[in-house]
Amino acid sequence: MSAILDIQNLKKIYNSGSRELTVLQDINFTLYTGDTCSIVGPSGSGKTTLLGLCAGLDRASSGSVILNNIRLDNLSEDKRAQVRNLYVGFIFQNFQLIPTLTALENVMVPLELRGERNVQRQALELLERVGLAQRHDHYPTQLSGGEQQRISLARAFSNKPAILFADEPTGNLDEETGEKVEQLLFDLNRETGTTLVLVTHDLELAEKTKRIIRIKGGTVVSDTGVPAER
Amino acid sequence: MKEEQQPQDIPKQKLRLKWLLKMAWRDTRRSRGRLILFLSSIVLGIAALVAINSFRYSLNVAIDEKAKTLIGADLVMGMNKEPDSTAVALVDSVSNLGRRSDENRLASMVYFIKSDATRLVQVRALEGEFPYFGEIEADPEESSRTFREGQNALVDYNLMLQYEAQPGDSIRVGSLKFRIAGALHHIPGQTALTTAIAPVVYIPRQYLPATGLMQRGSRISYYYYIDLPSSVQPDTLARRLEPRMEEYGLFYDTVQTRKEGMGAAYNELAGFLALVGFVALLLGCVGVASAIHVYMRDKLSTIGVLRCLGMSSKQAFLVYLFQVIGMGLTGGLAGAILGSIIQLVLPGLFGAFLPVEVEPYFSWGAALQGVLLGTIVSVLFALLPLLSIRRISPLITLRASIEHLTSQRDPLQWAVYGLIILFVLIFSWWQMGTWWQALSFTGGVIGAFLVLAILAKLLSWAIRRFFPANWGYVWRQGLANLYRPNNQTLLLTVSIGLGTALIGTLYMVQLTLLSEVSISRNEDQPNLVLFDIQNAQKDEVVSMTKQQGLPVLFLDPMVTVRLERKNQITGAVARNDSTLDIRPWLFTREYRITYRNNLTDAEKTEKGTWDENNNINQDIIPVSLEERYAERLKADLGDTLVFNVQGAMISTKVTHIREVDWNRVQSNFQIVFPEGVLEEAPQFFVLMTRSKNEQQAAQFQRSIVERFPNVSTIGLDLILETLDEVVGQISFVIQFMALFSIFTGLLVLVGSVNVSKFQRIKESVLLRTLGANRNQILAITALEYTLLGLLAAATGCLIAFGASWALAVFSFEVEFVPVIWPLFIIFLLVTMLTLAVGLLNSRGILDRPPLEVLRREA
Repeated sequence: MSAILDIQNLKKIYNSGSRELTVLQDINFTLYTGDTCSIVGPSGSGKTTLLGLCAGLDRASSGSVILNNIRLDNLSEDKRAQVRNLYVGFIFQNFQLIPTLTALENVMVPLELRGERNVQRQALELLERVGLAQRHDHYPTQLSGGEQQRISLARAFSNKPAILFADEPTGNLDEETGEKVEQLLFDLNRETGTTLVLVTHDLELAEKTKRIIRIKGGTVVSDTGVPAER
Repeated sequence: MKEEQQPQDIPKQKLRLKWLLKMAWRDTRRSRGRLILFLSSIVLGIAALVAINSFRYSLNVAIDEKAKTLIGADLVMGMNKEPDSTAVALVDSVSNLGRRSDENRLASMVYFIKSDATRLVQVRALEGEFPYFGEIEADPEESSRTFREGQNALVDYNLMLQYEAQPGDSIRVGSLKFRIAGALHHIPGQTALTTAIAPVVYIPRQYLPATGLMQRGSRISYYYYIDLPSSVQPDTLARRLEPRMEEYGLFYDTVQTRKEGMGAAYNELAGFLALVGFVALLLGCVGVASAIHVYMRDKLSTIGVLRCLGMSSKQAFLVYLFQVIGMGLTGGLAGAILGSIIQLVLPGLFGAFLPVEVEPYFSWGAALQGVLLGTIVSVLFALLPLLSIRRISPLITLRASIEHLTSQRDPLQWAVYGLIILFVLIFSWWQMGTWWQALSFTGGVIGAFLVLAILAKLLSWAIRRFFPANWGYVWRQGLANLYRPNNQTLLLTVSIGLGTALIGTLYMVQLTLLSEVSISRNEDQPNLVLFDIQNAQKDEVVSMTKQQGLPVLFLDPMVTVRLERKNQITGAVARNDSTLDIRPWLFTREYRITYRNNLTDAEKTEKGTWDENNNINQDIIPVSLEERYAERLKADLGDTLVFNVQGAMISTKVTHIREVDWNRVQSNFQIVFPEGVLEEAPQFFVLMTRSKNEQQAAQFQRSIVERFPNVSTIGLDLILETLDEVVGQISFVIQFMALFSIFTGLLVLVGSVNVSKFQRIKESVLLRTLGANRNQILAITALEYTLLGLLAAATGCLIAFGASWALAVFSFEVEFVPVIWPLFIIFLLVTMLTLAVGLLNSRGILDRPPLEVLRREA
């Protein structure tokens, strides 16, 4: 298996007025194709910042992020957007569906952005897979939280991403719905062979991944389940 | 790991315009109502411009179609004094080429025998076949030709109605009786307004001498209407003869010159009105910019998600640019349709000013221009908020609180500001015709923007800096709303303030112009004017006036002169050297001047001295000039002026400059000579008196006309009535155009407050959730909008005050009349309106439970 995400000496500093605030430093890890990994830590430990850097949503102050053999820290924001469109899927805590688009259109967006044809059929298949084909013409506000997150899952997998980042995917859902969404997420992950990176407080959810990276105060304090050298 | 891919290895992303258009359409789904509200603010401005420009087109078509009837002949030559033999020879030589009609025009009294009433009219004594093109419209129709066959007259239709005269009745002109042959409805090229000011009575020219009106010093104009054979080109002929005509004091008009003059005059009027429409459009643009600004803020998370999913900044920008273009196109189209409908009523509105009947045509050009303009202004003014899309970070999807813009400085913003300024400049130049005016207009608009923006920032800063921490909760919340993040202070202050400034300026300029032509109806002022009194008649007229128990309030001699030279500058020099900035017509027009050694109550010395010690025993005579005339002539104390006093050249030196209150009812003069110089020159006198009532005035007028047919009398009431009519027509047109600005201002206000609603709802609901009661929320909202309304309205009124002062002094060159009350009313109205709209918008939050509001607005 090959490395899909390689993080080396990652550091992130925010400027707050005249003060510098180091939120991440000395972060090093590598994820391989098909891995499942959780990043856990207390609030303010830098989990979400790390996710943003790994997914190319933000630029590191120093160090490197190599995603699918592409070094992201050298790229412009628009190039990184293209990398995200080609190789990355996202699931957010607050679903982040576009309110003006129907469920089907939300799932179609990543494919349409690529300029693919017959995207409606592909999107409908995915909706079928998450059990919401009959709600395809509903707008996000007409759907429950669980349904919205399932649409979000369908969208995340629509572009067949090499790596999928999920930020507290069940954080806004009740336990029962949360479990269903988790199940669906792991099933889809298995079926597609996508690498999965989860950011969560929920240790129970984290333990469902093979690897757990714990961070505290902006540094990695433990990294369990690291696969043997490949 | 495999080898790293380089940036250039990543395939280039295509724009996919078709899909972006689709996304733009999809994205409007939940906001179409709001977008319609945004675009409504530009619709009225576009409609005003399309209406005016369509009308301009229709008018030009009408003038073109009826060009020949504008002057009724191929060539009109004329003179404001009796032509000498050389001038007559020139006119004769031209008329030998074709046919000629002669006409004399003079102001005189007409006596309606049946109704026993007198009225000042313009008498036109006509001989020949005039008009050669078009018709003098009269009732009965044939009377326009037959009146020339005997001692008949054609009398203005309105005059006949007023004095209950019928064809067949008699009038007396001077000392001769004429039978009314018909009612005069229309003369080629004449507007209803000019005939209202000076109603016309036609008589056959051969009877003019017998009327006794052609006396020495009488102001009679001579017109020659010439019908040329088709082989002669009137313009070529006129241009060839121009130097000679100028030399002899003849003026001329051809179909082409009249068309050009008329076109220029009406285009100037249309240009001014279009500018009023443009002001409405600019106001609407501020509304669009502020609305799009808030709209984009609501779209942040959508844009963040799209960026996260791989949309490039250019694609995101284009999605919203397409929405704005669509909005502008729709607004432009709606404006063009509305404008094309409005233009149907314009010929009726301008009717009195028009020389020809105008049939409204649909102008594709004007409509297309409207659509384009709507699109251009929408895009230009929306570009500022749209540009920020390019800098929205996808990180916003992970953290809503994160600073969503990747960097604060964007050089493109300055380019957009530059484009907007350039657009305003070019458009105003296009409408006004001169760069100076366009620059002043653009500078004024930018100045107003800056003043409002700086004041808004200053208010936010001052409240934050001097925040009264010990004040009550409601005050603290209300005041803090003015500077907290996402506050509306800048946006509302600029849009409301600018609207107030524009409306206030229009109103004040209008009042200033109206006051310029209004005459005070003071008890002690004259209400009856007698003019054209000959020197020999003077004493008798004075004694007759006194006999009838009327006071002689003013008796001024009047001498007709022309200015030949100022220092070394002649009319020809002024014409050829525009850098002198002296209008050439100052040298060709005739002046009615007087002579006296004293100043009247209406005059004040500005420079020099004027009294009985004026030295008239030198070659150079001292002369006194009115200050504005001196300014126009660029003359100052010590300058030499040479006047042509009916053939005799008199050199003078400016020794005195006066300020004159022109609003007083008395004869005021631009030029005053000292006594002892012009006494022997041909002259007539003007006498002013005051009658106690209408009966006394009528009786006096009748007896004067009876005894002195050449003396004209006019009542102040008639002047006021005519002025009221003229001013009323002009005001109506200006007010009609200003209505577009007022309605646009209202729409922008509603729009601005409405878009801020979405921001306020969240905060208010949060406060309600935390336990704030209905009255507290109401008080906080009321306080915020009252303060915003007060600041914006007060600043807008101050700007209006400054702008109308500048316009009055520099553009219209009239005395500025500071009118405080109407401005104060505008100030109160705008403040109350802002408060009312603000409160109306929060109504929905106050009456419902917080959760319901949150769900509804989600």
